[in-house]
Amino acid sequence: MRRIRFLVIKEFKQIFRSRAMLPIIFVMPILQLLILANAATFEIKNLNLIIVDKDHSQFSRDISSKFRGSPYFKILNRTFTNTEAEDQMKLRNVDIYLEIPVNFEKQLIRESSTKIQIVVNAIDGSKGSLAGFYASNIIQDYSKDLSIKYGIRANLISPNTDMKQIDVTYSNWFNPNLDYKTFMVPGLLVLLVSLISVFLSSMNIVREKEIGTIESINVTPIRKYQFILGKLIPIWILGMFELIFGLVIALLIYKIPLLGSPWVLISFAALYLIASLGMGLFISTITDTQQQAMFFTWFFMILFIMLGGLFTSIENMPKWAQTLTYFNPIRYFIEVVRMVMLKGSGFYEVRLHFGVMAFMAIVINTLAVMRYRKTA
Amino acid sequence: MDEKWIVEVEGMTKKFGDFTAVDSISFRVKKGEIFGFLGANGAGKTTAIKILCGLSRPTSGKVTVDGLNVYTQAEKIKEKIGYMSQKFSLYDDLNIEENIRLFGGIYGLSNKEIKEKSEILINKLGLQDVRKELLKSLPLGWKQKLAFSVAIIHDPSIVFLDEPTGGVDPITRRQFWEMIYEASSKGVTIFVTTHYMDEAEYCSRISMMVDGRIAAMGKPSELKKELGVRNMDEFFVKLARSK
Repeated sequence: MRRIRFLVIKEFKQIFRSRAMLPIIFVMPILQLLILANAATFEIKNLNLIIVDKDHSQFSRDISSKFRGSPYFKILNRTFTNTEAEDQMKLRNVDIYLEIPVNFEKQLIRESSTKIQIVVNAIDGSKGSLAGFYASNIIQDYSKDLSIKYGIRANLISPNTDMKQIDVTYSNWFNPNLDYKTFMVPGLLVLLVSLISVFLSSMNIVREKEIGTIESINVTPIRKYQFILGKLIPIWILGMFELIFGLVIALLIYKIPLLGSPWVLISFAALYLIASLGMGLFISTITDTQQQAMFFTWFFMILFIMLGGLFTSIENMPKWAQTLTYFNPIRYFIEVVRMVMLKGSGFYEVRLHFGVMAFMAIVINTLAVMRYRKTA
Repeated sequence: MDEKWIVEVEGMTKKFGDFTAVDSISFRVKKGEIFGFLGANGAGKTTAIKILCGLSRPTSGKVTVDGLNVYTQAEKIKEKIGYMSQKFSLYDDLNIEENIRLFGGIYGLSNKEIKEKSEILINKLGLQDVRKELLKSLPLGWKQKLAFSVAIIHDPSIVFLDEPTGGVDPITRRQFWEMIYEASSKGVTIFVTTHYMDEAEYCSRISMMVDGRIAAMGKPSELKKELGVRNMDEFFVKLARSK
């Protein structure tokens, strides 16, 4: 035990003394959290829109002003022919255009039914479908206005003439305003803590290999587990500090709710960090230079992040990819963070996650200790 | 086991794939002597020394250090030996006191012992003014002297020095050898490799390795007589070329 204490003290001294390390550990993650929380959003605003108004009626102007009032669209132009809209679409200056046909108003009044065409630039698939979705929502909303103002029961979107409109109302549980920050910030926090801990642990031991100090350690009667604990405990403490620090930022700056108990979150993070540090450690036992360790770490982290359920939801992945995510520690951490923060889940609801994470921590650390050799 | 010998090596071989770095060598080191382990670059000295320190496993042969078997008791051996390599290997980003404390702690010295030993060591090396300086700011000669002192901080029965004076100026080399003699007079066995043939003369006994084998072994004076050479330089050249 005493030996481990000496090693932990040494490690802390080295970290706090290194001028490059401190900003990496403390400043960069916070900057990333501040920047990404505002930038990494799925919400799309200011979609460039052209309205091709072939009708020039009161109704067509009403629709235009409805779009103008929406934060999602920016009306670039109103034209009378499709040509310009199509040209702009080809030049990629416009995301969506709306064609209001001739006699739009007349048909509405006479037949209570007509069609508006929405043309969407779908090069970016998810942006395209969102644009279409927003536009049809606005038009639907307009048809409601019509029935209130003029008693016209109109169906503008779907071609079927059944007048009984079904209103779809959404209610978003656990994140009632569909606030993307609420959704993203807890996940980002997980990523940052993961990156820092895995990188620090994988590079740290390899660095001693490169400098040659590991030989001085290996020639002493130090036990493998003592050396490894001496390495992991300081990084574990840093990781926990980082997580709690980030959590405070999330709560104070972004006002992310924390419905569940912070202790469930913190104890899961403690377990998660043991697993991710074990991973870093394992990488450092199979590599000889910091460069190699860096590439290995990147390879795994990219996979884990992309399959972690933060940027793409796991339900939308193909079956085989979904299966892969079961081996991804980040997935579990993101789920737990969201469940505890947004849903208020207690320990009982996330007990499975705890079980899986404990299993992962044991397996990867055992592998790492076995793989670490004091002899060449 | 004979009490007289601290290192006993019989038919020790180390192979890396097809390459045989150490080819069935046998030798013994007496307790308390200064044993010089000579050889040209790549002759297999470092490989042999790493095996004796438990950093590397021999492919075959019988090897004991202080009566302990390197195959099964490597970790026990590590408690009894000190090791200092040609590559400086204390922590550059810790200061002098911190390095002493770290290795003292690893070897299980009590806080009081660490304190006392640090004082003695720092005073002896004349490092009072730089005790809080990071090692990276110190000249190599000082660092090597410190590394040697740290290698024997736990009073080992034998210390292995792998080219400890490489790249060090003549005055410091002299001081370094004074330190070796002092440790030796306290009963620490010294096992040292070197390229400086004047240093070979300081040893009680030497062995000369050529291409993974031991080509000659004995007291420097006897070896010179045997081969009819005037000094160790000639001795070295004659043996290293004779292959």
